Amino acid sequence: MNLIQQLVNAIWLGSVYSLFALGYALVFSVLGVLNLAHSAVFMWGAWIGLLVVTQLTLPLWIAVPAAMLGAGLISVALERTAFAPLRARGAPRISQLISSIGASFFLVNFAQLLFGTNPERFPIGLIPAEAIPNLPFRVTPIQVVILMVSVVLMALLNLLVARTRLGQRMRAVAFNQRTAGLLGVNVGAIYMITFFLAGALAGAAGVLYGLAFNQITPFIGDAIALKGLTVIVLGGLGNIQGALIGGFVVAALEVFSVAAGGSNYRDAIVFTLLFLILLVRPQGLVGQKEQTRA
Amino acid sequence: MDVLRSIGITEPVIQFMLVNALLGLSIYLTLYTGMFSLANAGFMAIGAFAGVILTQTFDLPLAVGIAGGAALAGVLAIPVGLPVLRLRDIYLAIATIGFGEVVRILILNFDPLVSGIIGQRVTITGGALGIKGIPKLTETWHLVGFLIAVCYLIDRLHRSRFGRAMAAIRQDEKVAANMGINVVYVKNVVFVLSALLAGAAGAFSGHLTRIISPDGFGFAQAVNILAFAVLGGGASYFGPILGAVVLTGLPEVLRPVREYRGVVNGLILMLVIVYLPGGLISFFPTRRSLQRLRRRLFAPRPAPPA
Repeated sequence: MNLIQQLVNAIWLGSVYSLFALGYALVFSVLGVLNLAHSAVFMWGAWIGLLVVTQLTLPLWIAVPAAMLGAGLISVALERTAFAPLRARGAPRISQLISSIGASFFLVNFAQLLFGTNPERFPIGLIPAEAIPNLPFRVTPIQVVILMVSVVLMALLNLLVARTRLGQRMRAVAFNQRTAGLLGVNVGAIYMITFFLAGALAGAAGVLYGLAFNQITPFIGDAIALKGLTVIVLGGLGNIQGALIGGFVVAALEVFSVAAGGSNYRDAIVFTLLFLILLVRPQGLVGQKEQTRA
Repeated sequence: MDVLRSIGITEPVIQFMLVNALLGLSIYLTLYTGMFSLANAGFMAIGAFAGVILTQTFDLPLAVGIAGGAALAGVLAIPVGLPVLRLRDIYLAIATIGFGEVVRILILNFDPLVSGIIGQRVTITGGALGIKGIPKLTETWHLVGFLIAVCYLIDRLHRSRFGRAMAAIRQDEKVAANMGINVVYVKNVVFVLSALLAGAAGAFSGHLTRIISPDGFGFAQAVNILAFAVLGGGASYFGPILGAVVLTGLPEVLRPVREYRGVVNGLILMLVIVYLPGGLISFFPTRRSLQRLRRRLFAPRPAPPA
């Protein structure tokens, strides 16, 4: 009974982690860089979703697409300002990492100026809080919605990457940017589309996360940023399927360590895992060895 | 001094500039060796807490606190560095970010952890609230003296065989290894030196701020330290010092935009790495460029054809 309950919690939480980490993985697989501003985009997604509902008084279901659009555009702006100039110069990957840290700082502090530091909530009564009756475990309707939206978005992304012309081009650029360019793929456009998709996923994850915990601050990205890193390291950097699995593993680890009475060490356990995976299997649980990695 | 004070650079600001300069130098050492480590905030936290506990709980003099804080950070850097420094660029960055978080969480939960082990309630690190009411023991001359000593040592280091090995590893690790440099040894020693410096800076800062809490040493602080080195530039150890002075002083000088501090810091980091990869230091002439200039100015003109 209790075990089932913990599993249920791990599954819906894991779906948000996976959704978030997919954006990291997507950008890493196509561009080979780590976008540390991804969590700031996630946070902006949550705020856009909230503002659409509270300020524009639009229905809740519009919040997710609106946040995806807004966060996607922020992410594209990020690509143009923080990544494209460095790429054009052929700067090392670390420079791109540093500029994404700067961008993240800017986005978080800008949100703090606009929204303040007090947590904001979705209006009371908007989210049904009662658990669905007649189930052997406790789950609220919003948790079911979170799981469903995440799974649908992840499935769509997988289809897009695996089955469409666009996905084929993205994979070509990921494999070899120069050759893809010579063969007529518009590499710059692919980069922007990749960032848009990553941002849109982060935005959706932000709204869902905001709905789940109903406490939105400019800092909600901080905790998930590092968990997302653990997820993609676990799945193998840039491995999309790996990120999907990794999200659920990290969430399960977190949920079960809290259940075992270690709530204070929840994050320490996650980061220790991060540490260990990097040292023992830097290619991730499902990844294959690559020469330049570690 | 009065001129400085009139633009907002008071003595406490100068003291923070000096502490931040030490932190900038600590990340400079690892960057100079080609290691992108973000562990400095974690080592700073270790130094700050160990130092303050030594002077407050055990009533020892400040010098012991500084030495103890630095030493503990340095000693802990050995078991961390040995496995972690096998990783490179982004992987090393991620691992060291994880290390910083683990340090923060352990300090946060240190009291219940120790209480559980020895079977009696103790208050050592003070949990989320941290340690309060620390007397302001750090004086400006301590910091100036320490910084000068560190600069002297780094200067000697650069001229030494070990220093050249550091530069060689940054330029190409494989070539360095082929030339007979013990890459693992050099990297680990540099990592320990960097941790010692961050630990000392942490212990100094703990006796400046009167209050230390684990949240002050999180990822944001790691990024601040990185920003000193990036803004200043890594071509010389003068760069991170300059970066620390500018980034610490700027919000004080520009008081009206003080609340935009975080936004400005983020923008600076981004703009500098994109448009000024050499950092502020690249505005200053190097010895070599001065020589080149002198040669051009005073070069003997070719004799006019007779």
